[in-house]
Amino acid sequence: MSFSNDDVKKVAKLSRIRIDDKQLEQYTNDIQKVLGFMEQLNELNTDNVEPMANPLDGVQVLRNDEIKDGGYPETIVNNATDDTMNFFTVPKVVE
Amino acid sequence: MTDLTKLTISQATTGLKNKDFSAVELTTSYINQMEKTDNLNAYITKTTDNALSQAKIADNNIASGNMRPMEGMPIAHKDLLCTKGVKTTAGSKMLDNFTPDYESTVSQKLAESGCISLGKLNLDQFAMGSNGQSSFYGGTKNPWGNDLVAGGSSSGSACAVSARSAIASTGTDTGGSIRQPSAFCGVAGIRPTYGRCSRWGVVAYASSLDQVGPIGKDVRDCAIMLSNMSGHDEKDSTSANIPVPDFEAVLTGDVKGLKIGIPKEYYIDDMPQEIAKIWDNGKKMLVEAGAEIVDVSLPHTKYALPAYYIIACAEASSNLSRYDGVRYGHRVSGKELDEMYELTRSEGFGEEVKRRILMGTYVLSAGFYDAYYIKAQKVRRLVANDFKKAFESVDALLTPITPSPAFKIGENQEDPVKMYLNDVFSVTLNMAGLPGMSVPVGLSDSGLPLGLQIIGKAFDEETVLKASYALEKQAKFDATPNI
Repeated sequence: MSFSNDDVKKVAKLSRIRIDDKQLEQYTNDIQKVLGFMEQLNELNTDNVEPMANPLDGVQVLRNDEIKDGGYPETIVNNATDDTMNFFTVPKVVE
Repeated sequence: MTDLTKLTISQATTGLKNKDFSAVELTTSYINQMEKTDNLNAYITKTTDNALSQAKIADNNIASGNMRPMEGMPIAHKDLLCTKGVKTTAGSKMLDNFTPDYESTVSQKLAESGCISLGKLNLDQFAMGSNGQSSFYGGTKNPWGNDLVAGGSSSGSACAVSARSAIASTGTDTGGSIRQPSAFCGVAGIRPTYGRCSRWGVVAYASSLDQVGPIGKDVRDCAIMLSNMSGHDEKDSTSANIPVPDFEAVLTGDVKGLKIGIPKEYYIDDMPQEIAKIWDNGKKMLVEAGAEIVDVSLPHTKYALPAYYIIACAEASSNLSRYDGVRYGHRVSGKELDEMYELTRSEGFGEEVKRRILMGTYVLSAGFYDAYYIKAQKVRRLVANDFKKAFESVDALLTPITPSPAFKIGENQEDPVKMYLNDVFSVTLNMAGLPGMSVPVGLSDSGLPLGLQIIGKAFDEETVLKASYALEKQAKFDATPNI
């Protein structure tokens, strides 16, 4: 499978990472190489193999949904670069 | 008095108990060594003042007969573990301004066991890397040679133990990040079973593969650390709710009757002579200690590495979407929201991190999800089944851990695939969630440490430690870096 500069632009947009045009070629080449390496997997027949998401293999632990923590918004927003009145702030999105 | 930094945890504990020296003296020796070895760049943040006040508390506890299991032991944490009130960077500009208001479960447990934290250790950015060079704070050097990498991603964790600027350390291992740097720096390190230690408060890379573990001067120190950092945590639903054994108790040196498997697929093409030789020596050592060597086959070994990179990148792209410049971390302002996200993430993340996010986004995107991501998850099942089958006839496996000794800074960097191939012996067990330990067993032709790996069944760290200890005793590895 060939991986192009346009593919990098597309995933960069999806990932919200800006890539300079200068760097585009480098990213394309590097990712192309790695994808080529990954495509070895096509040698294997995996029909009828159940995908494995994690080592616990589907064991999900449930707990009661109860509030055990909270009530300190000042601490929570403390690490934000921009906050006001205990809210996180972002550039205006609604006119 | 002998150099206190040369003592292991068990020796230092005895020394404190016998009042041969104080916890303040012990911590001071380590602080001096941190300064002396500063050029290795093992530490990102040093918390020496706090360490000294903790040492005073430790001395009080010892005097009043309230000594905890690891009282007064000066350790340090990979800077991926959140530490309350102490900057936690993940080695990235993205978190250069991040000071958590909470403590990771593992570092909390170690503190409650009496450990003193000397600071936060360098690492590959967001734990992505095998050479310890991608940190925003500069690369880590290997104590065995200033022109050599310390390995990665837990570069500072292995470097500090080897350079004696921490008595032991925490690391994390997603694809070999505890075991490979341990091997490169000539120290011991164990990656526990997935679920043995809580991942709560540990900056996430690939959540189905990540696990925290210790690096120590020897197998015994790792066993002591592991006993004090393991256990169920309701804040991590993947942490196992099973009892934690006393790992030190299994270190008898007796492995009589233990069946050790040798997977033939680990004889890779172009395996360097010295790696094949050290592996062969390892077999002889275990036989000498009473174990039985059995040939086994793990037929899908070759496919573990490409499948690993698909899964790890996919999970990373999802996990790292949280770095948006809004709630914490680096932020670059933009005229609109998307511009702010894009500028923030492109400036905050390093090159390797960006590459993995892009690849992960690609393999998860519409049209490629089945061909890459689901395919890799199926291969993961095949790799895990290989191990299951092998463990029907053996108790543990013996394999190489790295395809070479520590390489030169700058080497392997031009080609990402070449760099990823360093993980060929280490990633297989991460795919299956199994425990594995790296033990130094000898020196390369160039005089650098070489390790071997013991792999065990899920939640059977006891056998891993027992076999590793036997290997260590036989190998009598006592070489030290010239620092």
